[in-house]
Amino acid sequence: MNDVPADLKFLSSHEWARVESDGTITIGISDHAQDLLGDIVFVELPEVGQLVDAESDAAIVESVKAASDVYSPLSGEVIEVNSLLEDQPEIINSSPYEDGWFYKLNPSDMGEFDNLLSPEDYIDVCED
Amino acid sequence: MNKTALHNAHINLGAKMVNFSDWEMPISYTSLIEEHHAVRNGAGIFDVSHMSVFDFNGGDQVAFFERIFANDIKKISNDNKAIYGALLNEKGGILDDLIIYHAGDKFRLVSNCSTREQNRQWYEKHAVEFGVEVVERSDMGILAIQGPDAFNKILSIKEMNPQVKNLPSFGCMFDGDKLYARTGYTGEDGLELIVPSRDISQLWDQALSLGCVPIGLGARDTLRLEAGLNLYGNDMTIDNHPYESNLGWTIDMTDQNRQFIGKEALLSIDQTKSQKIVGIILRDKGVLRAGYEINHDRGKGLVLSGSYSPTLQSSIGLARVDQGYPKHGKVMIRNKVLNIDFVSPRFLERGKISK
Repeated sequence: MNDVPADLKFLSSHEWARVESDGTITIGISDHAQDLLGDIVFVELPEVGQLVDAESDAAIVESVKAASDVYSPLSGEVIEVNSLLEDQPEIINSSPYEDGWFYKLNPSDMGEFDNLLSPEDYIDVCED
Repeated sequence: MNKTALHNAHINLGAKMVNFSDWEMPISYTSLIEEHHAVRNGAGIFDVSHMSVFDFNGGDQVAFFERIFANDIKKISNDNKAIYGALLNEKGGILDDLIIYHAGDKFRLVSNCSTREQNRQWYEKHAVEFGVEVVERSDMGILAIQGPDAFNKILSIKEMNPQVKNLPSFGCMFDGDKLYARTGYTGEDGLELIVPSRDISQLWDQALSLGCVPIGLGARDTLRLEAGLNLYGNDMTIDNHPYESNLGWTIDMTDQNRQFIGKEALLSIDQTKSQKIVGIILRDKGVLRAGYEINHDRGKGLVLSGSYSPTLQSSIGLARVDQGYPKHGKVMIRNKVLNIDFVSPRFLERGKISK
């Protein structure tokens, strides 16, 4: 819990967002989320070109135990999805903040990024 | 919330604990998939002390069980064996599924956790007529040691009665108040130990030191699903009769004089029209879950239990479907139509993928 990367921001529903150097946003789920879910066996990703709204469901992650919605931290157009996850969804368990990212988008409102939880605030949410 | 005698042991192992019918139980210790493979390839140990245990005193216990149990207790009442079957109400609805053990001159019964109160009242109500006293053994705990290597480990446990090695499948024996039975809920060889809670910790610690892997209820569910074993509450409820629940084989009407509860209702059911529980394998990517709708050329159905199968490495499930189903069908997952195969619910036979 204490090694949450400092450059990420979060939704309380455990999704993270990172601003890349080219201004695009990468999105994934937190280490805490993958730990709660357990072994992840399937991911349903959005389509490239799809428009997603902030805090609405953009993907689905399924562990052995259950299916969960993944909410988009920001609004925008999906420009890339992590196709590695199709055959190796377990990467999300082993590398939630790096290799296990879900999708990238062109944000439509960067103001939404500022409203997300900081790593410290997110850790507080998880510990409540 | 109720806790088993091993609660602290689970916490110390770092288990994730969940509320299971008001019992705080381990869902997994490390990885559900790793725990699953540990049972298929070696030996795993489960704390299933949340299940209900009943003993019986006095009266005509054989006649009592002949009345309340849809399988025929006479199959085991002169033997040292366990028998699986259903408890039915007058309408033929399934109140629970359970195992009755008989060894020496004693019966012991193990049934589900969520049905404890219902069952106790049911047993007590029907025991009066036969002069039988129902004794709930809340002082008992249950361990299951399962897997191809389970018996090697079991025989190395110091306190273990060495005679357990002679038990056949479904055989059982008492050792004082301890009951050892060659039964389980994984499709593997193994032993269930229904023993006083005060003896549980020592058995658990020894089994772990001998290399048995602790297994949570998460892997217990994927293991039982691969073995095609029903879960009460998911695959059957009080609204289902045995013929639409893959339990027709446990309904024993051989003895025509035996009047068990629910028999008359079952006789009025046209089995050729009943739905059936069938195994399903998802042929596309995704995971089957309870409640998904199924269609086939001659009817429809519903997924009852669904999960990911670590052994088959695809999603499998149990479904209740209209009869006459062909080899292939469709399942609706989040508004997408995906392909399934209908197969025997026994996805595995003794731990190996069924042909």
